[in-house]
Amino acid sequence: MQEAGAWPGGTMTNSIEVSKLVKTYGSLRAVDGLDCDVRTGEVFSFLGPNGAGKTTTVEILEGLRRKTSGEVRVLGFDPWTQLDQVRSRIGVTPQDFHFFPKLTPREALRLYANLFGVKPDVDELLARVELQDKANDYYDTLSGGQHQKMGVALALVNDPELLFLDEPTTGLDPRARRAIWEVIRHLKLEGRTVFLTTHYLEEAQQLSDRIAIINRGRIIATGSPVDIIARFGRPERLRVVGDPALADRIATLGLHVERVDGAVEVELRSKADALAILALVASSGLRWDRFSIQTDTLEDVFISMVGRLEDGSTPGAIPEEAGK
Amino acid sequence: MNFRRIAAYFPAFAKGYIRNPLGLFMSLIFPVILILIFGAVFSNSGSSQVPLTVENLDHNSPASVAFLSALNSTGVVTVNVVSPDVGNLSTYLAHNDLSAGLVIPAGFNATLSACAAHLPSCGPVQLLVFTNPSSGSEAGIVEGAVQGVANGENLRIAGGTVVVAPVNLNVGNQLYRYIDYLVPGLIGFSVLVAPMFSMVNVSSTWKRDKLFRQLSLTPLTRGEWLTATFLWYVLLAFVSTLLLLGVGTAVFGAHVTLTLLALPFLVVGPILFVSIGLLAGSVSKTPETAGVIGNIITFPMMFLSGTFFPVSLFPSWLVPVAHALPLYYVIDGLNAAMVFGNASAAYLDLAVTTVLAVIFSLAAVRFFSWRED
Ligand SMILES: Nc1ncnc2c1ncn2[C@@H]1O[C@H](COP(=O)(O)OP(=O)(O)O)[C@@H](O)[C@H]1O
Ligand SMILES: [Mg+2]
Repeated sequence: MQEAGAWPGGTMTNSIEVSKLVKTYGSLRAVDGLDCDVRTGEVFSFLGPNGAGKTTTVEILEGLRRKTSGEVRVLGFDPWTQLDQVRSRIGVTPQDFHFFPKLTPREALRLYANLFGVKPDVDELLARVELQDKANDYYDTLSGGQHQKMGVALALVNDPELLFLDEPTTGLDPRARRAIWEVIRHLKLEGRTVFLTTHYLEEAQQLSDRIAIINRGRIIATGSPVDIIARFGRPERLRVVGDPALADRIATLGLHVERVDGAVEVELRSKADALAILALVASSGLRWDRFSIQTDTLEDVFISMVGRLEDGSTPGAIPEEAGK
Repeated sequence: MNFRRIAAYFPAFAKGYIRNPLGLFMSLIFPVILILIFGAVFSNSGSSQVPLTVENLDHNSPASVAFLSALNSTGVVTVNVVSPDVGNLSTYLAHNDLSAGLVIPAGFNATLSACAAHLPSCGPVQLLVFTNPSSGSEAGIVEGAVQGVANGENLRIAGGTVVVAPVNLNVGNQLYRYIDYLVPGLIGFSVLVAPMFSMVNVSSTWKRDKLFRQLSLTPLTRGEWLTATFLWYVLLAFVSTLLLLGVGTAVFGAHVTLTLLALPFLVVGPILFVSIGLLAGSVSKTPETAGVIGNIITFPMMFLSGTFFPVSLFPSWLVPVAHALPLYYVIDGLNAAMVFGNASAAYLDLAVTTVLAVIFSLAAVRFFSWRED
């Protein structure tokens, strides 16, 4: 296992620095003045709907696309003009990873090792992504999840200090998704920096030290999941299930009261408000069945910020943008 | 340019190629099938009649016509009379790749009539018989047939005195058979087809599947990639050449030699067509368009560059078309180097091919990019 800070860039506080980044495709501003820093050793996630500009940003950071304007530093270098200094220190699993159909995972890893001029433990890499059994099968006979795992293994061949994983679990079944999550957790333990993009809330919440919510080419919130909820979520609410007349009674306390799904929800300014409400309910003589305290989840925050984009959105996933 | 990386990438590309049966079929097996088919269909088999080209300088006199019809009825030769305007028959035969000829001299009829009437002007007339020693049994068949008919005439007219005397002459060793053209033609075919069919596909589907992007994530450079790719198709061209030479000589007795001068064509040719294929794939938006563009480029070249038939047999209006096709220079050069031993023609063709290869490979490098802007 690799110690944190074992890489030359490991002593830097920021592995990635981006300021005022803009990328236009014709008249479309896919990335529109984006600022963010990724700290060395953290798992940083871009969370945003399809078309938000995640891939565009990541590929600019990987040196695969040219920026329109702004400043980008990856391990201290400009990735477009100084790719040679960056390439051997980063690992990349692109979105829509594809490989040569008639090569096996083992051959692919050997090829990368020879191209980088390194001698990794190929069996260990295969085992890490659970591809030992498929090591000698042609790429075109593997499943989508196995392709994705191979993509992650390839990103690790050169023992990179910084990894870019662009939607590594999109379209995978829950088991394959969890396997990749394990790999990512392991990468963090090894002290590597991980830049992850995802449109799964649960994934961002489970894995990330910090999240940036990105929409329409801009970052609209950054911080740890807890920070984001604290900063952008609504206040805690007391929820009372019982006689509908309770609502008017509680309103006399000067609090903001709402009816939600047949229950009464009261926004709390402080913990003391909760006690006052409970005392009032008890003395009112009106029927009550249940109390609970409601806290916003990341999903609530996300939906309130980005908006519920389309109907039929499933919890934890942001719906695909039409036509994408 | 880092040779370690070229050496690392080359086997991966080779494996990908070999494991796709269609690619290997098109580049190595298909040309062999073609040589077997065309060789069998167009080579003269020993049992058929030998064409005998006759120049009758006796103005279709009765005696000469009777002599030729007697020759024809032997059943072993087919008489084709050409106009005396063709001039020297030996030269005519050489130019037209004909293996046997006969000249009936002026005064043939007059001499034979004189002999029949026992006039003093009776004297031997010489028939010039041209055959090609390299065509083996054909020469014997022709000489035997002419001699036989002449003996019959001598008996009939002069009771056995030699009046009609065939003189056997060689046409020279400049006789080429169809198969001799077919071997270089099909080598050119595989030099064209192996890169064109797969490079158009590679450059367009790899672009779609972002495989170039995948390679650009490693230290492999575009130049190294291109070099490894060139090397692979050069290797294929050599293998294909050996196969076609082997089949051509062993099965059809082709007179073709792999001279040193043929080798540069097997290097420059694949470089030229890899570049053209890459270019066609790079400028197309989808693999489907690329396929269409590839076919538009490949098919005319496949048929009109002297692959299956020598361009010298083309109708004259088609010849300039052939001369406009890059493959023509490869095949013409291979013919010059492997069949005619004509070094200066080969050098000229090599120069043309090299200039084209340089132009197209620079254009391919210019239009084919690893990364997106
Ligand atoms: N090469 C391109 N040419 C034109 N438009 C593009 C290109 N790549 C992405 N876009 C557009 O830019 C926007 C952002 O795309 P992308 O960065 O892929 O978003 P995400 O990865 O968040 O889904 C989308 O509207 C997309 O259609
Ligand atoms: Mg994306």
